[in-house]
Amino acid sequence: MADDKLIISPSPHISSGENVNTIMFAVIYSLLPAGAAAVYFFGPRALALIAVCVGACIATEYVFQKLRAKPITAFDGSAIITGGLLALTLPPGLPVYMAILGSIASIALGKQIFGGLGHNIFNPALVGRAFLQATFPVAMATWTAPLVWLSAKVDTASAATPLGLMKFELKATSYDKLFFGNIGGSLGETSALALLAGAAYLYYRGYIEWRIPTSFIGTVAVFGGLLWLVEPGRYPDPLFQVLAGGLILGAFFMATDYVTSPITPTGKLVFGVGAGVILIVIRAWGGLQEGVMYAILLMNALTPLINRYTKPAVFGKGP
Amino acid sequence: MKVKTFPRGIHAGDRKEATAQKPIEDAPLPGEIILPLQQHAGVVCEPLVQAGDAVLVFQKVADTDAPVAAPIHSPVSGTVKAVGARFHPGGLKMASIVITPDGSQAEAELVSPPANPGPDEIRKLVRAAGIVGLGGAAFPTQIKLTPPAETKIDSVIINGCECEPYLTVDHRLMVESPEAIIGGLKLILKAVGAAKGYVGIEVNKPDAIEALAGPAGAAGVEVVPLEAKYPQGAEKQLIKSLLNREVPSKGLPSAVGALVQNVGTAIAIYEAVSFGRPLTRKVVTVSGGGISEPKNLRVYIGTPIKEVIALCGGLVDGAAKVILGGPMMGVALSSLEAPVIKATSGILALSAAETELAETQPCIKCARCVEACPMGLMPNRLGAMVEAGIWDELSDESLFDCIECGSCVFVCPSNRPLVQNIRLGKYTFAGKNRK
Repeated sequence: MADDKLIISPSPHISSGENVNTIMFAVIYSLLPAGAAAVYFFGPRALALIAVCVGACIATEYVFQKLRAKPITAFDGSAIITGGLLALTLPPGLPVYMAILGSIASIALGKQIFGGLGHNIFNPALVGRAFLQATFPVAMATWTAPLVWLSAKVDTASAATPLGLMKFELKATSYDKLFFGNIGGSLGETSALALLAGAAYLYYRGYIEWRIPTSFIGTVAVFGGLLWLVEPGRYPDPLFQVLAGGLILGAFFMATDYVTSPITPTGKLVFGVGAGVILIVIRAWGGLQEGVMYAILLMNALTPLINRYTKPAVFGKGP
Repeated sequence: MKVKTFPRGIHAGDRKEATAQKPIEDAPLPGEIILPLQQHAGVVCEPLVQAGDAVLVFQKVADTDAPVAAPIHSPVSGTVKAVGARFHPGGLKMASIVITPDGSQAEAELVSPPANPGPDEIRKLVRAAGIVGLGGAAFPTQIKLTPPAETKIDSVIINGCECEPYLTVDHRLMVESPEAIIGGLKLILKAVGAAKGYVGIEVNKPDAIEALAGPAGAAGVEVVPLEAKYPQGAEKQLIKSLLNREVPSKGLPSAVGALVQNVGTAIAIYEAVSFGRPLTRKVVTVSGGGISEPKNLRVYIGTPIKEVIALCGGLVDGAAKVILGGPMMGVALSSLEAPVIKATSGILALSAAETELAETQPCIKCARCVEACPMGLMPNRLGAMVEAGIWDELSDESLFDCIECGSCVFVCPSNRPLVQNIRLGKYTFAGKNRK
């Protein structure tokens, strides 16, 4: 063949074939069990919320990029993930217009103003949820009982979440209910089983690393356990701390977000431990029943600092 | 038992099935021999012949007085056609000696080396034979066999890892010439006054490990199986895996008492010191999806690459890139007129499907590059700083510790030009400091 048809480019000339889009869609698939569980427990409302959030996130990203005359990447999968995760943190009865506002906030304020994919500091879905919590506090704390939608008579019936029951009434919830999801709560926090199935899939594909979930959940169990040992009447046991609320959703799907978590191995452990400590502090002594969102957002803010101070040892430069 | 290795690194896949079991074939004489005057790291050689001169096999045709250099010998008998600019595999043209073979292969008389040479004599014979590091770096071997006065080498490692995908040169040499390798290792041990010899081999070459076991055992040399991982054969990583010593940043292996030589270099040393034979032929692997008949060939140094490819059935339709070396660190050729030189180990023709030129996306901080980097760097950060031109901060970073292995780019899901930017950063940085 003629020499001028040879491609010349610098080494390396081969690649693992991994692709950002493949990773995105794997995360979307991993959320499907949790989405299905949400629809099972809370009915068509859940599906509507998920669809609305995903649609609003994609639309916001599209409009933002169009206005800024940037390449349109709204369909690369990241907006779908943000919408899906945001929906999973919402109470099933949340009015649709609020969900739309939350989605706009998560993409516009949580991602696009920083420069888009890869540049944001905070987890976009959690930015949206924080926005909603501050703007519509009552609606964001109105929960629905599970499986009520199946009976024709009652549209929604409000119920407290296990964390709320524990914090304000010192009432326990059975472990199997917590694990399988037959409890009140946000769309995604109910079925630990569905979430763990999705997380196992991501781990098998190599898309989440063990350090953050293990250190986050581990710290919650240990710190929560210490409090329980000291005052068992006042503080719940560690298994409850792990299964109740949004910890499993947060530890496996939010805290592990590549863009907003540390890139060094030690840094990931620091991130998880820090988030665990903040979470228990909020749950035990804060005014709110749930703290996963704030625990992760606060550790997101510390991530650049953590990266700077946990750099790996360079070969040949000593400890 | 857990196989020894170094931290991090990548699994780039073997891709060696096409040639791993094919014995080395001797290539016939080419139509033309092109010998660039620099086939080594160091000072360029001066030609000792001119157009019209007759030359014999093994005759020295280029040399220089400078110590960091290696002379060049003719691999054929014939007539010098010209001394002028020809394509060098690096892409630019370089002064080269062009010889037309006459087919007779009449040999120049070789000086018989002494029976039991001392360290100095070994070094002289190695230089006279024009031996350079045949693993690819092409550093003049006699310099490597002369460690600095303050250092003491206690361990010599023969590098049989061959971690680059596709390449099977060292593999075949280990299976086919194990005694010569151990013979070369013994001479190296003598030259530097070291006590312990090792051969490091990746576990994906069990036949090589077995072939060397006998000759190594008889010589008190240890054969060490190592994990099949990239870049296991990188000098610093090899020393870390085998001896658990870290070569200091900006330092040489001699600083930790180690010396590494490639399998092919060991054989060349053995032949030079035992028979006075200079370096004139090189074993190369010709492979890749774009080659019709992949082979391992022993070619005459100076054979034009297009002739080597023709010996392997030519390029397949759809071959898009021809690479000299391995796919991770090799150089993409701009001209197939360029010749095989001393440092050439592989000629790979890759199809467009095998070659990656995908779209670049933003860094998503996935940390795959941090997990892969064998030197413990943060390639995404270094690449970004070079792109942004943050030169002041870069002076504190470990830019120059990068061994340019390419692991970071291999794993990056966003196809970011990390090692390419780091290289650019090194050149720019060195340029700025030269002012």
